[in-house]
Amino acid sequence: MTQTLENLRETPSQTGGPYVHIGCIPSFAGLSQIYPEDLGLKAIGDGAKGERIAITGSVFDGTGWAMRDAMLESWQADAKGNYPGEKGADPKVNGFCRFAADGKTGEFTLHTVKPGAVPGPGGSMQAPHIALWIVARGINIGLQTRIYFEDEDNSADPLLSRIEQRNRVDTLIAKKTGDGQYRFDIRLQGDGETVFLDM
Amino acid sequence: MIDPGRLVPRDRTAHPVPRDPEYKTTVARSPNLPLLSMESTTTEETGPRFGHGLIGALDNNLILNWTKGAAPAVGERILMHGRVMDEFGRPVPNTLVEIWQANAGGRYRHVKDTYFAPLDPNFGGCGRTLTDENGYYEFLTIRPGAYPWPNRGNDWRPMHIHISVFGHSFGQRLITQMYFEGDPLIDRCPIASTIKDRSQLDRLVAPLDMARARPLDYLAYKFDIVLRGRRQTMFENKPAGM
Repeated sequence: MTQTLENLRETPSQTGGPYVHIGCIPSFAGLSQIYPEDLGLKAIGDGAKGERIAITGSVFDGTGWAMRDAMLESWQADAKGNYPGEKGADPKVNGFCRFAADGKTGEFTLHTVKPGAVPGPGGSMQAPHIALWIVARGINIGLQTRIYFEDEDNSADPLLSRIEQRNRVDTLIAKKTGDGQYRFDIRLQGDGETVFLDM
Repeated sequence: MIDPGRLVPRDRTAHPVPRDPEYKTTVARSPNLPLLSMESTTTEETGPRFGHGLIGALDNNLILNWTKGAAPAVGERILMHGRVMDEFGRPVPNTLVEIWQANAGGRYRHVKDTYFAPLDPNFGGCGRTLTDENGYYEFLTIRPGAYPWPNRGNDWRPMHIHISVFGHSFGQRLITQMYFEGDPLIDRCPIASTIKDRSQLDRLVAPLDMARARPLDYLAYKFDIVLRGRRQTMFENKPAGM
């Protein structure tokens, strides 16, 4: 016999289902009268410092179909690399945003500012990135991934450096398509499967 | 400092399997390749905080919030309540809890839901609240109906309420579902059955809690939620970072 550990196990996840928008973005599901205001509609407020960017993409299932029902959440630092709530953080940056694939086209767009580099493990620096969390019907536990940027120096990023198959690093890097415009597609499985994280 | 206080790595055996052919939609929507595991960083250890000022007075009352108090929703009135804690048993105060559900007939207020059960003109189907300083939360709502869904030949969802919880860091983010004690559809549900550890599935089944039920008004169900923990070293008698 040994002493007993008193730790608890995490509550198991379940899918958000096809109507996750009702709970998380009610105005998107046509329930705009219910709350004074939905939470997380904008990543930034007016006057946020830094480069304004728009990231557009789709979440593709294993058949190559752009999912119409995916909901995404993003979390990021401000332009100087401070997370909201940290000392010196830009008060106009919420850092958190909720957005959804369009019901007709399957495309999403995130409007925000480009984040700065943030500290990583052991005194390293992490290249600018935005954390993503993806839920939908058929996703039993939310999928974590990250958006990096092709016009930043990603060479020393500790997470990207851990990816053994270097051909997969590209799945985490948004491609520049114009001034302040990026493309970032997410592939749940198959060719070009996005690197998903367990962090 | 011996330990920088990272998030406890997720025990994936506590969770559903990502791919389960009995729940058909998972087959094309689950990654084939392994996840990349790494110790959490500031990105995962920080997260959004929502202020009380953003939450309306009726936001956690699904019986009244759709009509702004004008008329109550149809159905069996229930109090859903519980506590949000982390893996170390510490309460998670001031964190956002959101719920959404079908109405008493098993119909969601959504353009894609075309089930025979009618919409209730007095029921929207979502609510939100912040936990108090000890991690407790509560919602007043109606018990949702079971409903059929297209999967295998004749699958029905047990009565359930969807729950979304934030915690204090983005890496704690969790969405789950609460089931009701005694519902025979739980054991037949391919979504509930994606959790292969029976003791873990049991933790999603809320017991009837007569101590919190109000005579001549509502029944109560208790649903506690445990989020990932964060290791912390004691620093000047206070947990680091608190």
